[in-house]
Amino acid sequence: MSGVELTADEVRHVAALARLGLDDAEVERLGRELTSILAHVNTIAALPIADVPPTKHSRDSADSLRPDVARPGLPREDALRNAPDPSADGFRVPPIGA
Amino acid sequence: MSAPWQRDGYEAVIGLEIHVQLNTASKMFCSCPNNFGDEPNTNVCMVCLAHPGALPVANAEAVRQSVRVGLALGCQIPDVSEFSRKQYFYPDSPKAYQISQYDQPLCGEGIFRVPGADGFTVRLTRAHLEEDAAKMIHAGGEGGRISGSAGSVVDFNRVGTPLLEIVTEPDIRSPEDARRFLTLLRATVIAIGASECDMEKGSLRADANVSIRPIGSTEYGTKTELKNMNSFRFLERGVEAELERQLGLVQAGERIDQETLHFDPTTGTLSSLRSKEQAHDYRYFPEPDLLPVTQDQESLAALAGHLPELPVARFDRLSEAGLVEATALVLATDTGLAAYLDDLALRTGDLKIAANWVMGELQAHLNADALSAVQSPVTPERLAALIALVVDGTINQTAAKEVFAALVADPAATAAGVVQDRNLAQVGGDDALGEIIDAVLAAHPDEVEAFRGGREQVIGFLVGQCMKQSGGRADAKALQGLLRARLSS
Repeated sequence: MSGVELTADEVRHVAALARLGLDDAEVERLGRELTSILAHVNTIAALPIADVPPTKHSRDSADSLRPDVARPGLPREDALRNAPDPSADGFRVPPIGA
Repeated sequence: MSAPWQRDGYEAVIGLEIHVQLNTASKMFCSCPNNFGDEPNTNVCMVCLAHPGALPVANAEAVRQSVRVGLALGCQIPDVSEFSRKQYFYPDSPKAYQISQYDQPLCGEGIFRVPGADGFTVRLTRAHLEEDAAKMIHAGGEGGRISGSAGSVVDFNRVGTPLLEIVTEPDIRSPEDARRFLTLLRATVIAIGASECDMEKGSLRADANVSIRPIGSTEYGTKTELKNMNSFRFLERGVEAELERQLGLVQAGERIDQETLHFDPTTGTLSSLRSKEQAHDYRYFPEPDLLPVTQDQESLAALAGHLPELPVARFDRLSEAGLVEATALVLATDTGLAAYLDDLALRTGDLKIAANWVMGELQAHLNADALSAVQSPVTPERLAALIALVVDGTINQTAAKEVFAALVADPAATAAGVVQDRNLAQVGGDDALGEIIDAVLAAHPDEVEAFRGGREQVIGFLVGQCMKQSGGRADAKALQGLLRARLSS
């Protein structure tokens, strides 16, 4: 079941969703790598695992919840410290959709 | 159902997506305070800001409140639910994904009934728990809007606020019914104390999915999504405007595009919004940092058993007790007023009389003084004592209003005390009324003549004069009877 091969357009679509700019050589290389990953997934899919429930977590447990108790967060100057373009009280970002 | 929206052979098909901010003390996935209106970026931490390695831990109370809302709305609650990541790039989401729920929401299908003679039901698809996004302050754009903005500043206080999204099936058939449904749903969430549902503060936000189709068709037309209408009136007007717009397109032979629209209430027009994720490809996948959340039947039964009386049930109870629909609806949707009414009715032994006072004098006073029922100086105990004086004939309605005003003005006053101090007791005896009537008839011979000549309506004037003579204290019913007897003798 390894007949799946990603087309260049599919690679560009996935890259666009991830906001990655790729040149043609990268599209070709990543297409090959993604195709091989998909082939691996298909190998697993071919196994008789219909009766096995999906494993989504490494721990087989549930309900790791915390009580609803509020604690102060970071001082604002610390919160803004790593911002590339802080304003007096916030994180400045470029115009949207420009 | 109110009259459905139908024009030129087309009918409206409306579904709602309602976002409710839960009023927990802390945020959904971290311990930052969940406070509206604080200084920007003062309730943020490494989880809110998506610093590398910061991990979410779900808030037990947010889960509990979500399940209570689900139970109150008649939703099935599955044994297991799970968080998922919804991927999109936008500055309001620092992780570049929102933790939400996808195929295993906390609350499953339900049915919500809008009661009344023209009532209807709306199927609920689901209600899922997620985190709110940050607030963008758009500098330079007109009125804080994105278009024409020179740039934005992000306030991350709101990011991570627990948000319950309630999704309906497209079962609503008119803008008015959309408003009625949302009004009752909001009252239900408020009644159980899960949220303030304040549309102005954004703790209740409604999006509407709107389409039209030929009447009788079972297929759906292309729908558009109206975003974040922040009042009941705007919801109704926005949906109405969109239905008209779609009808216009269809009649002109044009296509309806599936898009997201913003309703501008000042111009009554709709404009297309730039979408967050052009491709609408959110690539949901299970959130690996959060474990599933389970519910056991025993806990669910306990939660359901401890829900307060809900607005729909209250409406039914009050209607069955004989209140007219409009009154029952007001009282059903205002938990504070309803609690006051129940207390008062218990003391007076008559729900209808109690409801008349609550809807009349009490509400006028609460509105005028900007108080909630529980804050009023006129407690149910004090008002019940006043009503008792009306019921036993000690005072008439006019005097009762004066006594009520006195009870508002002086929290120490009692109804009986005010009646005595101001000499408001009803003048009801035949002798006392007779004297007043004699004096009035003697002073108005022309009117007496007119009445006897057949101008029946003159009696209103004469009653008014007698009432004035009595200082407003005459027993109106006895006065009428006596006056008529005297005039026709």
